[in-house]
Amino acid sequence: MARLAPIDETAAGPAAPGADWLTGWRNGPADGPDASPDWLGAARADAAGRFAGRGLPDRRVEDWRYTNLAHLTGLELDWAPAPADVAKESLPALVFGREAECRLVLVNGQVRPALSTLPALPEGTLLTSLADALASGHPGVADLLKQRAAMDGGALKALNDSWLEDGYVLIVPDGVTVDMPIEILSVGTGGALPPAYQPRNLIVAGAGSRVTVVEHHVGLCIGGYFANLVTDVAAGPEAIVRHCKVQDESREAVHIALLDAALDSGAMFDSFCFTLGGRISRNELRVSLDAPGAHCRLNGAYLAGGRQHCDHTTSVDHVAPETHSDQLYKGVLDGRARAVFQGKVTVRPDAQKVEGHQMSRALLLSETAEVNTKPELFIHADDVQCSHGATAGDLDGEALFYLRSRGVPEGQARQLLVEAFLNEAIDAVALAGMRLPLERNVARWMAERPAS
Amino acid sequence: MAATAQTVAQVRDLGKYKHGWETEIEMETAPKGLNEDIVRFISARKDEPDWMLDWRLKAYRHWLTMTEPTWAMVDYPAIDFEDIYYYAAPKNAEGPKSLDEVDPELLRTYEKLGIPLKEQEVLAGVQGAPRVAVDAVFDSVSVATTFKKELESHGVIFCSISEALQNHPDLVRKYLGTVVPYTDNFYATLNSAVFSDGSFVYIPPGVHCPMELSTYFRINAKDTGQFERTLIIADEGSYVSYLEGCTAPMRDENQLHAAVVELVTLKDAEIKYSTVQNWYPGDETGKGGIYNFVTKRGACRGDDSKIRWTQVETGSAITWKYPSCILQGDNSVGEFYSVAIANNAQQADTGTKMIHLGRNTRSRIISKGISAGRARNTYRGLVRMGPKALNGRNFTQCDSLLIGDRCGAHTVPYIESRNRSATVEHEATTSRIGEDQLFYCRQRGIGEEDAVALIVNGFCKEVLQELPMEFAVEAQKLVGISLEGSVG
Repeated sequence: MARLAPIDETAAGPAAPGADWLTGWRNGPADGPDASPDWLGAARADAAGRFAGRGLPDRRVEDWRYTNLAHLTGLELDWAPAPADVAKESLPALVFGREAECRLVLVNGQVRPALSTLPALPEGTLLTSLADALASGHPGVADLLKQRAAMDGGALKALNDSWLEDGYVLIVPDGVTVDMPIEILSVGTGGALPPAYQPRNLIVAGAGSRVTVVEHHVGLCIGGYFANLVTDVAAGPEAIVRHCKVQDESREAVHIALLDAALDSGAMFDSFCFTLGGRISRNELRVSLDAPGAHCRLNGAYLAGGRQHCDHTTSVDHVAPETHSDQLYKGVLDGRARAVFQGKVTVRPDAQKVEGHQMSRALLLSETAEVNTKPELFIHADDVQCSHGATAGDLDGEALFYLRSRGVPEGQARQLLVEAFLNEAIDAVALAGMRLPLERNVARWMAERPAS
Repeated sequence: MAATAQTVAQVRDLGKYKHGWETEIEMETAPKGLNEDIVRFISARKDEPDWMLDWRLKAYRHWLTMTEPTWAMVDYPAIDFEDIYYYAAPKNAEGPKSLDEVDPELLRTYEKLGIPLKEQEVLAGVQGAPRVAVDAVFDSVSVATTFKKELESHGVIFCSISEALQNHPDLVRKYLGTVVPYTDNFYATLNSAVFSDGSFVYIPPGVHCPMELSTYFRINAKDTGQFERTLIIADEGSYVSYLEGCTAPMRDENQLHAAVVELVTLKDAEIKYSTVQNWYPGDETGKGGIYNFVTKRGACRGDDSKIRWTQVETGSAITWKYPSCILQGDNSVGEFYSVAIANNAQQADTGTKMIHLGRNTRSRIISKGISAGRARNTYRGLVRMGPKALNGRNFTQCDSLLIGDRCGAHTVPYIESRNRSATVEHEATTSRIGEDQLFYCRQRGIGEEDAVALIVNGFCKEVLQELPMEFAVEAQKLVGISLEGSVG
């Protein structure tokens, strides 16, 4: 039998970066004079070696078979962009529809305290930049980063590991509940050359703590940039971490994000990803349910049109027995957009009494849109209940007919059905204040889409 | 249900692998190893036309440039392709002859396997069952084909592929390699170079094949690889149901079986292809067994044509097999029904590909995987809706059942949709036998192992009922036997 799903011959060749593409990268902080403390320099150098040995993944790498990064190698990038001049007033309207009480702003991956709103947080809670946390020698940060940077997680993680310069750090001590949602506003702006930046973010939630993070990624330019983010999450026993991400990057941006979460006993990680922007985007979640009672919910909704390519990849590893995962991803595609959903659920040997469910649905609104889905189950224990489902297709003809027969014009009926379709995922957003703005985004997207 | 009672009885009475014996018969083999001379030897032995030899050599040269695929979830030690006999034939069986001339030792072999090589008989003594024409392939050659005369009177060609190359070279040349080209994949390319025999079926336009056609493959000789090639062509408006069975002796070494099956259906034609795969699976510790690396693919070339694959995979140490359909014709239909059982140390990586190219094409995939012992069972499949597959429709259901906490069940579907009007649906579940189901059976006095066989048969029912009747009975028994020793 031939390779399953032979590679599209018309696609550009391997995305291995040429020497030119890497020039700027080699001048990055991996070799910079500020590579201190020692372990950090070593970690960067080690990661740089890993990346150089591998290059950007091409479509022969199974995890990347549907997402082609050749576009990136065609860009001449500015690997160490100078701080961009951004006025606080120019920052976009907030996702909550009102002023956030707590907001940390990053521009091109660098934390900008002057643009941020940082009220007093409950005692012991730390919200700061990675640069500051490293400079002050915060032991928790160093330990976690050391451990996570050494983990092999593919070429783009290695690229991020080779940087380890800035990003946001959120540490919530044991037993602390942070009531106000913490908004992270990440702004990408162009320059003479498209900037490339690799923020490294850490969220550490102590035992029994509760925290909600809203990440809002926006582009303040028409042009492109390359954001390669890695977020490490460590949730202690009984901690609850809610993570809501709205990705509305510039339509020319390349946004590659990896979030790696490790959950202790009884911990809960709730993730929602709303993808709207980017020329090429990938949101990858890896969740390791390390102790009994750990539970994760990964949901997402995406809208893509034009020539956008958006990829959602998840990997849930049920390491311990009595762990639970639930996933729901829904997307709408228009124009020549392409979407990818890859979802892997692994149940380790002896991880009994595990439940893992996953559902992925895609709506194709145009003749030229495309969706590729690969849900995978790897089960090594028997007392488990696991399932996945995937669908792709047009709107339900009968539902459309029902509305039309009641006098709803076709365009409006389609809009209603698309909104209803996505709302199933949006309704799962734990932060109630987020739902309405997200629904408005859907309505606006539908209204603005070119007539087909 | 009588068959279920029979299954239970069968489980109790029978040994683990009843076809593990060996026939002592004088064999002629080519020297061990693989090179161009071996390819030439095989071609010369079969007195093939020059174009066939050229094709084989092209395949062989291409094969030298290829590497073994590693993406399947199977582990096995590297195969030494130089340590295999690529050709082994019973001395007295140079080409199929009339039944009276077949070596009685071979006839006894097939009798013992329950395969009637006498035309009056029917399979397994099932009364009232339709007659079945059998092509018997023993190691590298076809030794007999039954009911040939009667089939000929309907215009149906059913013979070994070697014979077809002699008598119908144009037909073979027209279709061979058009569904699975010689460059297709490592094992298919190897097969293209060294295939020794297999069945050839041609159903002329408008003919509903009057009986089931069947090929029975037997590996007997030691250290041989079996490389059979089957080609079935259903011309416009015709229908054929084809069955395939296979067994091998129990040996401590692994043996390679790398087959290629190509199906072609033209306008309005239908092929129903059923397999009960019962190669020797190796012992409980994973020693021995057949490596079953098979490429099966059907092309629905014509409008309104249909290909239906049904497989019951119980044997082989390793199964690597993805019977696929290329739905080219408008309104064509592809179906895949599979039960894959892996017990002890067996590894199965199997599934299907449905490539929708034509308009209004439909496909349906029902896969039931059962893992027991330390076995690994993977469903791997692809559903692709091409940009022109207007109103294409697919439904896929993959269920896995786990028996025991040391086995693995994996599901790896690829779903690609490039057509808005196409609808693709996929569902997969993994669970174990419910304690309540087991309790219900046990409470009624059914022993644990019998209860498992019963429940598993129920789990597989959707697939088993797609098999021709006499095969379904056989398959139900096999399901019970394959799982023996998996409980407790």
